[in-house]
Amino acid sequence: MEEPVWVRWILIGVALAFSLVFLLLPLINVFAQALSKGWQFYWDSLAHPDSTASIRLTLITALIVIPVNTLFGLSAAWAIAKFEFRGKSLLTTLIDLPFSISPVVSGLMFILLFSLQGYFGEWLEERGWAVIFAVPGIVFATVFVTFPFVARELIPIMQAAGSDQEQAALTLGASPWQTFWHITLPSVKWGLIYGIILCNARAMGEFGAVSVVSGSITGLTDTMPLRVEKLYNEYNAAGAFAVASLLALLALVTLALKTALEWKAAREERVSTRAPAPTGLS
Amino acid sequence: MKAKEKRFNALPGFGLSLGITLSMLTLVVMIPIGGLLLRALDLSWSEFWRLATTDRALAAYRLTFGASLVAAAINATFGALLAWVLVRYQFPGRRFIDALVDFPFALPTAVAGLTMADLFSQTGWLGKFLVPAGIQGAYTPLGVVLVLTFVGMPFVVRTLQPVLENLETEVEESAATLGAGRLRTLVQVVAPSLFPPLLTGFALSFARAVGEYGSVVFISGNMPYRTEIAPALIVMRLEEYNYHGAVALALVLMIISFLLLWVINALENWAGRFQN
Repeated sequence: MEEPVWVRWILIGVALAFSLVFLLLPLINVFAQALSKGWQFYWDSLAHPDSTASIRLTLITALIVIPVNTLFGLSAAWAIAKFEFRGKSLLTTLIDLPFSISPVVSGLMFILLFSLQGYFGEWLEERGWAVIFAVPGIVFATVFVTFPFVARELIPIMQAAGSDQEQAALTLGASPWQTFWHITLPSVKWGLIYGIILCNARAMGEFGAVSVVSGSITGLTDTMPLRVEKLYNEYNAAGAFAVASLLALLALVTLALKTALEWKAAREERVSTRAPAPTGLS
Repeated sequence: MKAKEKRFNALPGFGLSLGITLSMLTLVVMIPIGGLLLRALDLSWSEFWRLATTDRALAAYRLTFGASLVAAAINATFGALLAWVLVRYQFPGRRFIDALVDFPFALPTAVAGLTMADLFSQTGWLGKFLVPAGIQGAYTPLGVVLVLTFVGMPFVVRTLQPVLENLETEVEESAATLGAGRLRTLVQVVAPSLFPPLLTGFALSFARAVGEYGSVVFISGNMPYRTEIAPALIVMRLEEYNYHGAVALALVLMIISFLLLWVINALENWAGRFQN
């Protein structure tokens, strides 16, 4: 009841060849090229002050973006999953919008708002506040492109969990915040962590939106992906790959955590049939 | 029904959570999108048309949509094959490949562009063999197709996999018992239920490719009329401080993205109904 053995092996062979060219080789190549001039060069590329500055900026951006998106995700999921109201499906669609807009267009939107020719440009200029070609612009653009991540992971999980447990806790005299901390949050924790991991990966790796608003001032507004581009354009390929290898490592850690979380969620589901395993990455 | 509604309303925090949600959504999403639309209204219709349909813009759309279409078609073909192999067959490294399928989603696009550009360059691991054979990856439309295939690769696999897993092999078996050959079983029994998710995966991969920028700029070389994609042209207009030009192009891309989003939602509904 299966395909003949030779057909099966041809199909497996073609699938493996496709995975080799579009998954395995691009991955291995990052690390091979990063180390092509030896460990010393690799280390020097990373320890260069402009590289460390870009690493710092990327970490700072992620540290601001993640709490903002977590607050939004928890609020949106609570409102959408636990209550019925008019315009709910419209709200869900609006939350997903940033994912369907090209990153370059997202960056352009913030230029139109905050650059000198933008709507708030003069107001900012009078106060001496720089947003575009400065760190705040990078943070704004990154918040925009990563906005839906936490919310869209949490909404289906909170919906599946229902609100019976919260009702019980409230009836037994728990305060609303106690109920949230001790009942709701633990029941969605894996989905929340999952959403944060994906949000973090995108926040640290965003290129298009950030490159439009950052102005790419070396040592000041270069994030790690922008630093990669700059080194590449300076014909320092091994240096570009060195910084890129950190981002590839981040991608691998993200994948490992994602696989572990799915495995864990599937195991808990078998035990309690609550919270369905989160699926898909974007 | 009445009792259920009452139970729902008894939970606290509706005002607070919806308040935070709406204000953040307004600040982060609605005002920026509104700003772009308002700027677009500054343009007269004829001005918009002129800026959005310059020869250079038309060439950029052709490349963007053409390359995205080819990449989505490659992903539909090989993604379906990969999903089938991962679900149905046992072979060494299966679980490793399965976990690695999401790698293009997790890898920052700049790194994807960098490593693909290097692989297909004259000295790269693949370019070493391909360039002498006349297959140029770097600085060609082919290179654009290759990176777009990479970034959209997981979509088809991930939309097909759960459907394939849920497919009852009994149906195939009974078709075989009734005398259908393997090929006929696949075409007439299996293929119809795979078609809606395959189309959804194709559309998702296409939509992703249309907006992609980071990975493409590394391999394309951004040559006007030849390897310049629409998002790269927007960046070019911005660098020239030609905001009107940038806004006109951005509006075209945004309208197309929203249309694609609408099509994908319709496809997902259709696929969902098909499953039941």
